[in-house]
Amino acid sequence: MKPWLLIGDFLRRLGESTLFLFTILSALPAALARPRLVVQQLYMVGVLSMVIVIISGSFIGMVLALQGYSLLVRFGAASSLGQAVAFSVVRELGPVVTALLFAGRAGSALAAEIGLMKATDQLSGMEMMAVDPVKRVVAPRFLAGFIAMPLLVAMFSVMAIGVGGGYSIGVTLLGVDDGAYWSQIHRAMHFEDIRQSLVKALWFGGAVSWIAMYQGYHAAPTSEGVSRATTSTVVVSSVVVLALDFVLTAFMFR
Amino acid sequence: MSSPGPDVLVRVRGLRFGFGTRAVFDGVDLDIPRGKVTAIMGPSGTGKTTLLRLIGGQWRPQAGTVEFDGVDVHRQSRAALFELRKRMGMLFQNGALLTDLTVFENVAFPLREHTRLPESMIRDVVLMKLEAVGLRGAAGLYPEQISGGMSRRVALARAIALEPAMVMYDEPFTGQDPITMGVLMRLIRQLNDALGLTSVLVSHDVDEVLSISDYAYVVSGGKVVDHGAPAAVRGSASEFVQQFLHGKPDGPVPFHYKTARDYAADLLGGARR
Repeated sequence: MKPWLLIGDFLRRLGESTLFLFTILSALPAALARPRLVVQQLYMVGVLSMVIVIISGSFIGMVLALQGYSLLVRFGAASSLGQAVAFSVVRELGPVVTALLFAGRAGSALAAEIGLMKATDQLSGMEMMAVDPVKRVVAPRFLAGFIAMPLLVAMFSVMAIGVGGGYSIGVTLLGVDDGAYWSQIHRAMHFEDIRQSLVKALWFGGAVSWIAMYQGYHAAPTSEGVSRATTSTVVVSSVVVLALDFVLTAFMFR
Repeated sequence: MSSPGPDVLVRVRGLRFGFGTRAVFDGVDLDIPRGKVTAIMGPSGTGKTTLLRLIGGQWRPQAGTVEFDGVDVHRQSRAALFELRKRMGMLFQNGALLTDLTVFENVAFPLREHTRLPESMIRDVVLMKLEAVGLRGAAGLYPEQISGGMSRRVALARAIALEPAMVMYDEPFTGQDPITMGVLMRLIRQLNDALGLTSVLVSHDVDEVLSISDYAYVVSGGKVVDHGAPAAVRGSASEFVQQFLHGKPDGPVPFHYKTARDYAADLLGGARR
């Protein structure tokens, strides 16, 4: 395809997805008025993502502790391991890795679900029953993604820093002092770090949910279309999360 | 050609619609008589399903009007269109049941969305609708646990849950065994008469459709080719209608796809390539 056609297609999709975002946002009050639907989706996108987030958080915490220790011990600063792990996790890895996991687990599932609903005329059926699919199907899922993300990031961070992750390797295996590990975290971390982490999580949650909703809702109503929507959700979400992380970090640490 | 009568529920005038450069409808006029079963027949790809989506306001025509009970469907706000749709039921080709809900909940869906009926009353209405289609016993099953024919019956129960003025059926007999087909035919006719509905039946199953219809349209090439009572359509002088009704492989719709190249020249040309 010629480059200008690709650019034209990209701009068309960008415009279409932005309009779709406004449609979703205007449907949010309707979704809030029916909390049962949001709670159902919180289970689907949030609770069902917990296992992968907990396991990944633990392993990343362990790796950070190993890598951090090997570096810090050279300068006799092994007692600062807790601080190194906590900063890396809270400021960057927590929100970013959780968002990537969320895109892979929940985002792809949402896009596939909505794409299949479209391919099997379920969305058309709703429209013909005078039920707005954006209010009934899309908005609750979007909202659930937005709410679930900060909670998953918090869970990831706690696992990575805590007993399941950095602590187990740093303190139990490598012999960093227990009190030093926690006190360094306590001394160095501020509420501002946690706030920034949660702000990132909200942005990432919104972005991944938006991309998944858009890809699913605008998927071609065929098996190939659904497959493409699922793949695009993961790929586009991952790139957007990383780019957004750079922009947010640049603004936060000016 | 006879007229369907003065009491018309859906009036389509000068309808034009196409996908890209391909015109699907090029000035279609038709009237759906109130309280009757009207068949819209035509070969695959003539836009029969498209016509239902245009009547339901899901797609907009490029020109022309669709009036439902005197109201122009495409000049309504979204809210007004949704109000109008509460008076239309539509049965999609595959049923379009919500796969995460049971049969009971699927039929209850429009009631829960649009009414504030107490749970006991919703239960009674749903069970009555399911009884009408013979599937009260399947209330607790999920869509993947029932057959295609049963799915369509559930979708029919759901389509009549809000007691609409009109139900549109998109290819209800496609891929069904003879027993299921018979059941669906009887249901469509009985529900139409018992509930005072207006039914629009889109299909290319000629004999089945004509046997339960009061009025029929034959659509092809973006236009209405013929219309009238089933007997009149069967006796149509149109060569196309005769080819379509009797399934002749060649006629106005040619067996061979149109090509400018001569057959012999094409074969010989192949040897040179």
